[in-house]
Amino acid sequence: MRIINGMTRRSFLKTSAAVLGGLVIGFQLPSSGRRIEAKSKWASADIANAFLRIGEDDSITILVNHSEMGQGVYTSLPMIVAEELDCNWDNVRVEPAPVNMVYGHTTFGSQMTGGSSSVWTEWERLRLVGATAKAMLIATAAKTWEVAVESCRAQNSVVFHDESKRQLTYGQLATQASQMSTPTQVNLKDPKDFKIIGTPVKRLDTPEKTNGEAIFGMDVNLPGMLTAVVKRSPIFGGKVKSFSADKAKAISGVKSVLQISSGIAVVADNFWTAKRGAQALEIVWDEGPDANLSTEQQTKQYAALAETPGAVARKKGNIQTAIDVSATKLEAVYDVPYLAHAPMEPLNCVADVRKDGCDVWTGTQLQTAEHATAKAITGLPAEKVKIHTTLLGGGFGRRAVPDCHFVSEAVQISKALKKPIKVVWTREDDIQGGWYRPRYYHKISAGINEDKKPIAWKHTIVGQSITAGTPFEAFMVRHGVDVTSVEGAENLPYAIPNVLVDLHSPRHKVPVLWWRSVGGTHNAFAVECFLDEVAHAAGRDPYEFRRELLAGQPRHLKALELAISKSNWGKPLPERHGRGLAVHSCFGSFVAQVAEVSVSKEGKVKVHNVVCAVDCGPIVNPNTIDAQIEGGIVFGLAAALYGEVTLKNGRAQQSNFYDYKVLRMDEMPKVETHIVPSTDKMGGIGEVSVPPIAPAVVNAIFDATGKRIRQLPISSEELRS
Amino acid sequence: MVQLKINQKKYEIDADKSMPLLWALRDKVGLTGTKFGCGVAQCGACTVHVNGEAVRSCVTPISAVEGKEITTIEGLSSDLSHPLQQAWIAEDVPQCGYCQSGQIMSAAVLLKHNDQPSDEDINDVMTGNICRCGTYNRIRRAIHQAAKTVRKQKEDNS
Repeated sequence: MRIINGMTRRSFLKTSAAVLGGLVIGFQLPSSGRRIEAKSKWASADIANAFLRIGEDDSITILVNHSEMGQGVYTSLPMIVAEELDCNWDNVRVEPAPVNMVYGHTTFGSQMTGGSSSVWTEWERLRLVGATAKAMLIATAAKTWEVAVESCRAQNSVVFHDESKRQLTYGQLATQASQMSTPTQVNLKDPKDFKIIGTPVKRLDTPEKTNGEAIFGMDVNLPGMLTAVVKRSPIFGGKVKSFSADKAKAISGVKSVLQISSGIAVVADNFWTAKRGAQALEIVWDEGPDANLSTEQQTKQYAALAETPGAVARKKGNIQTAIDVSATKLEAVYDVPYLAHAPMEPLNCVADVRKDGCDVWTGTQLQTAEHATAKAITGLPAEKVKIHTTLLGGGFGRRAVPDCHFVSEAVQISKALKKPIKVVWTREDDIQGGWYRPRYYHKISAGINEDKKPIAWKHTIVGQSITAGTPFEAFMVRHGVDVTSVEGAENLPYAIPNVLVDLHSPRHKVPVLWWRSVGGTHNAFAVECFLDEVAHAAGRDPYEFRRELLAGQPRHLKALELAISKSNWGKPLPERHGRGLAVHSCFGSFVAQVAEVSVSKEGKVKVHNVVCAVDCGPIVNPNTIDAQIEGGIVFGLAAALYGEVTLKNGRAQQSNFYDYKVLRMDEMPKVETHIVPSTDKMGGIGEVSVPPIAPAVVNAIFDATGKRIRQLPISSEELRS
Repeated sequence: MVQLKINQKKYEIDADKSMPLLWALRDKVGLTGTKFGCGVAQCGACTVHVNGEAVRSCVTPISAVEGKEITTIEGLSSDLSHPLQQAWIAEDVPQCGYCQSGQIMSAAVLLKHNDQPSDEDINDVMTGNICRCGTYNRIRRAIHQAAKTVRKQKEDNS
């Protein structure tokens, strides 16, 4: 087993005692030879051994501070350390980092995983970790042999002195190396000397994900643990008015029923009993102010708002004058629904609150926030509260909740009952429980001049703010504009001289959240589809049109050109088949996709293949990039074809995979991923392929049928011929 | 008490006879490789074998499987040697990995009946298993690869 988790660690330590004790290399991070200034917020950390332990048995344990939710960080981040350390990859093991400031995100501060940022934000720091340890091991060997440091070299976990043909393994050197003072400067490798970085390395966690050994939060079992299922208000914004637990308590195996902040918890000795208990609860709800909220009502409200000026996100030139003088004017409304993340592992959390401490096991994307929440609820000192990060059975943003509700529930119940508690959400709780990608309504207009060039672009966005009312609001809402609502729209890359992008952020009780690729999920759809409309209105090929308008955007352009060159763009297709294109930039990366679809006479859309080109800067693991690009396309395609949570009487109308449909094997297109060779700034990869897929498919549908889809999910009704 | 035979071992389960097999496995026996995803036989994460056939354990009461041979992902092989596990590793299929036990258990029954599955055959069986990470193309490749191994094993044995 290459992943050491909270459950296996105890037995692991018993059998591998050699990795503990004084045999670890402790150091604080120096600055690199290429960078004068160390980032003080993490360089000043006072705990040693933060990221790396080398055992006498030659084991290499790398502590990873980012959560593994499928994106491959338990492999890509260790690769960065291993590259500079020159260690034997076969001996590398991963341990999830505990919560400590030293593990804070190098850019966002708190310990968290999100924003497709793990690799590019750890790149410098983890290279330093590996390089520093290697320098200390070499220095130790040189001292032992009484030779010059320069005459020694390291390779595959061994330090060599070629002249005297002597060698010592990292394990043999580790104890002594741990006594060394940390070098103040180390040299990082020249990228041309990389042996691991840039190669398709297999994931460290694959074997245990093929035999049932992998431990997700759902799989954590503690002695004496009980399971809780919580009945939460079915009406967004509703609260418990009164309840009767009699029928729930009558079920054999139900141990306890109690009210917590989010609803009524039924606690039993197993999930199935707790779930039956929760179903038997009789609760009267105070339905709250949004009890009449419906999708139809929201559509009317949003349409009216879109006719009024919103908070300005971007203003260039004079939009009204430009539209007035345009030879051709276009206007369209794009509308996308609420979306649930629906990770395969329903939300869950195990908490064990005792007088002397609190342990929490969960798959979370926000460790620092969960820690603060558990600390606040228990009243324990910070060092007595431990968050054990398990593997995440999918995250997609759903496990990055600013109010920490799934951890809070478990801690509250465990504190009240003085027992270890596992809270498990049902799939219905997940689909109906809110924390959705917000519903967004876009009104866009454009003007084309007599030379067939676009001269005006006016984009009004209406939808709930994700960060309003959260700690993120302070730095993510500027002048009334939530950056997560407008990203992908306000940074319109096309050379159009007059642009206005504005935003309305209506408030509802429906809790909303970042959903893989966040703003791009809807803005790329509206922008890339409408641009296609403009291209057709100008009588231009959508590729040529984009290419001209992206002349000043070299990275967009490279991705676009690569995708086009690998697709059959422009070549003839059978009847009712079409190709569509979309280009998008987010999280520091640049993506272009060409989708090929067919539409049956009954209106059924089949996506045959997707060619995707990505420029994400220098790459660490092309194997992971390939997987993430493909996965993002599946995630976005599921939303484009099926994803929809609608509201009636303040409640979600969908509840499980039969009415909240997702993509399945028989609908999976062929996907080709092409990476733009790049030495530009490194970007993210986990989310970047999601935004372009919906517009690429919808543009392909137009190519196939001449029908323009402006609402997601795509309706077969509209495409029937 | 319900007697279950799981991965060749006998267990006495102290639970209501209507308890789904999934929860007997996870909460009573402690075999957590079989996953809960939907509870209504929609996602396939809970797939196990009962007398060699794929069954959604989340909707199968323990009373229905008493005395039958139950195999979970933990019982597929003791050493990752099943051709599907080998192929899964070779193709590096899993991302988050949560659905993969169910995927492998569904694929194992497919291969048992058909050691040369077409893409259509794979769709027919595997469409019942959801993967939100989108590993479908790698799953397909891994099944084809495992099928090749199975055919070779049969040739070698004949």
